[in-house]
Amino acid sequence: MGWETWLIGTISRALAYGTPLLLGTLGEIYAERSGVLNLGVEGMMVMGAFSAFATAYTTSNPWLGLLVAAAVGGAFSLVHAFVSITLRANQIVSGLALTMLGLGLAGVLGRGWEGKPLAAALPSITVAYLAKIPGLGPSLFVEQNALVYLAAGLAILLWFVLYKTRIGISIRAVGDDPATADAMGVNVFRTRYLCVLLGGVLAGLGGGYLSVAYRPAWTEGMTAGMGWIVIALTIFAFWNPLLGLVGAYFFGALYHLSYRLQPWTSPELLKTMPYVFAILVLALVARGTLKRRMSAPAALCEPYIRGEE
Amino acid sequence: MAESERLEMRGIVKRFPGVVANDGVDFTARAGEIHALLGENGAGKTTLMRVLYGIYQPDEGEIFLDGRAIQVRSPAEALALGIGMVHQHFRLVPTLSVEENVILGLREGLFGNLRRVRERLAAIARDYGLEVDPRAKVWELSVGEQQRVEILKALYRRVQILIMDEPTSVLTPQEVKQLFSTLRSLVEAGLTVIFITHKLDEVLEVSDRVTVLRKGKVVATLPTAEADKPSLARMMVGREVVFRLERGPAKLGEKLLEVRDLQALNDRGLPAIRGLSFELYGGEILGVAGVAGNGQKELVEVLTGLRKATKGRVLLFGKDLTNRSPKEIAAAGVAHIPEERLRRGLVPEMSVAENLVLKSYRDPPFARGPFLDQRVIISHAERAIAAYQIMTPSYNTPAKLLSGGNIQRLILARELSGQPRLIIAAHPTYGLDVGATEQIRGLLLRQRELGAGVLLISEDLEEILSLSDQILVLFAGQAMGLLEAEEAELEELGLLMAGAGRRRESSKG
Repeated sequence: MGWETWLIGTISRALAYGTPLLLGTLGEIYAERSGVLNLGVEGMMVMGAFSAFATAYTTSNPWLGLLVAAAVGGAFSLVHAFVSITLRANQIVSGLALTMLGLGLAGVLGRGWEGKPLAAALPSITVAYLAKIPGLGPSLFVEQNALVYLAAGLAILLWFVLYKTRIGISIRAVGDDPATADAMGVNVFRTRYLCVLLGGVLAGLGGGYLSVAYRPAWTEGMTAGMGWIVIALTIFAFWNPLLGLVGAYFFGALYHLSYRLQPWTSPELLKTMPYVFAILVLALVARGTLKRRMSAPAALCEPYIRGEE
Repeated sequence: MAESERLEMRGIVKRFPGVVANDGVDFTARAGEIHALLGENGAGKTTLMRVLYGIYQPDEGEIFLDGRAIQVRSPAEALALGIGMVHQHFRLVPTLSVEENVILGLREGLFGNLRRVRERLAAIARDYGLEVDPRAKVWELSVGEQQRVEILKALYRRVQILIMDEPTSVLTPQEVKQLFSTLRSLVEAGLTVIFITHKLDEVLEVSDRVTVLRKGKVVATLPTAEADKPSLARMMVGREVVFRLERGPAKLGEKLLEVRDLQALNDRGLPAIRGLSFELYGGEILGVAGVAGNGQKELVEVLTGLRKATKGRVLLFGKDLTNRSPKEIAAAGVAHIPEERLRRGLVPEMSVAENLVLKSYRDPPFARGPFLDQRVIISHAERAIAAYQIMTPSYNTPAKLLSGGNIQRLILARELSGQPRLIIAAHPTYGLDVGATEQIRGLLLRQRELGAGVLLISEDLEEILSLSDQILVLFAGQAMGLLEAEEAELEELGLLMAGAGRRRESSKG
């Protein structure tokens, strides 16, 4: 019986921990697909976490907290969008600045909020009927958060939009070849703004999930590098939302295991795995035929200036 | 056939800083005709059509479509008016599929309804002989297929006027035939095709009428049936054209380059050069002819050390220099005039003077120990600017601000300054105006007189025929034949370039 409980627990925790990663990754996939690298995920997530907690604590409404988190994340991302798309500044510098800003600001604002218990946490739900499915039921449908299912559904939806709709074609064209997209009548600036905004909203939401659902409390720096795992995951998922889903849960499991396996291996080592995988992926797609099929959007990090080819 | 003019452009003037690209141009085109727009590079053909397509706004003049005055402020407006253009450089997103490229930018339902797109595309393709797999990714397609996608894109948008900008420059003779039959079926269906070209044979073969432009002005518009090659050439150039340059017989020197059973891969990891062998002697120009993408680029890169050969040997001046670094190869006396002159020929942000010493700054007199001697570098630049007639505001100007011809003069000034024994020139006159072209061809011939060997890679068959002593035809990475330039016929070259018939004549040694 031992290993079964163990497995159910691991999967269940993988979903729980993987959800904020998934939300952040879906957003970053869209931003990068449109050609904008946003290294500010960590900053947007931590701001989302703080604002969600503060709102939920004050209003006793966790859902409102999540809404505010999404709005704050979105607002933060617009700073990056303005600097990197409109002003055409270096995306790496701007994104890093956003992370620093978010971490610092959340730290300052959150000073008085630490250690307070959140009564109004997002409740976990058990889907009674599905929970009876042998094997998978207990791990997938017992004591999970509504946001877990929302994020998973969102991954499928965003995959469909990216590959099967006109909007997705425009986004991919803008990220791969903005000059051609522009010539064909696609609004490059609007597309990039909206994708970066979506990235910010989802990162904020992921942060909010941490502070009102996953661990209903506020502690400074509670995102603990999740934003960086998101960057690595985006690469690991080959910029594909469905692979992002797989990757987020996989890294969620690794995170959980880094504690469970502590007697045998060091948790630090397991926590480096996302980055190791990201480097492996980069090495894999750097050469050969995979390059064209799976590699980063061709115009990633390149500001678009009309008439300059 | 309707004789009324579908399109009328009246008194079009378009000025750019320092140039009048179109100087009061009148141009008309009818429904159901292929109208060739003939002129040299820089005559203003493409500018005129970009005005029509809404990329440029004319400074003066009017445009009428079916008798109505129109203003075309953007390509999107042009398409809405039924005017489409296939550019020389395709506007296709390589990572998207054919059908995705076709519907990119259209506002046809949220989901783009790919099944309906596919059906309409298939119908258009059938009607006009434009077969291409709608689900293939564009990067997987050949250049000819990509061009078909561009035409499909325009037809899908229901254009009535289709502008083709130098459509044959990247095609094999066989693909050209297919393109021409497509264009014929388009005009039979009532469309208007405007065909920009500088090739006389194509004008005579495919067009119904021809308008000749020279230096931004219309020389004449006449039915093709009343034109012939010499008269068109005279109108285009403004003087009698000498089709072969004056030059003495080859004085062959020692063997400079020997390529033996060479093999190399392209960027995608597929074989690009497949067992190529040839020799090049001092005092001769060996022309390499072939349609783009048959291994020319890879050959140049292997010879200059920019790409690894997977098999075979490259002997330079009797020494085996296979897979050595570009620096070693250059030091041995090889000059390289690269294909992408702005990207590979110089550092765009650096000044003219700095670019002129890019290969020699490490050595005296330019370097003194670890320091650069600016005075020597500047006086060297001033001499080179005068000797090669580089038009530049000063030696301090960033190289990227020079025009194409002057960039090429700069590169030649640098490459020829060290008295190279072998010159590898890739498309040396591509996109240059007549003056620069003649000067650069003259410089290459002069190097030949001085005893250097020249490997000339070009898609311009006239250039190959007029400069070369011998012509090597590449197809699919292999030598299709080695011809004496004096005896080579254009048709025979075309067939060899298309991979038809393998023959070897006159091989030395």
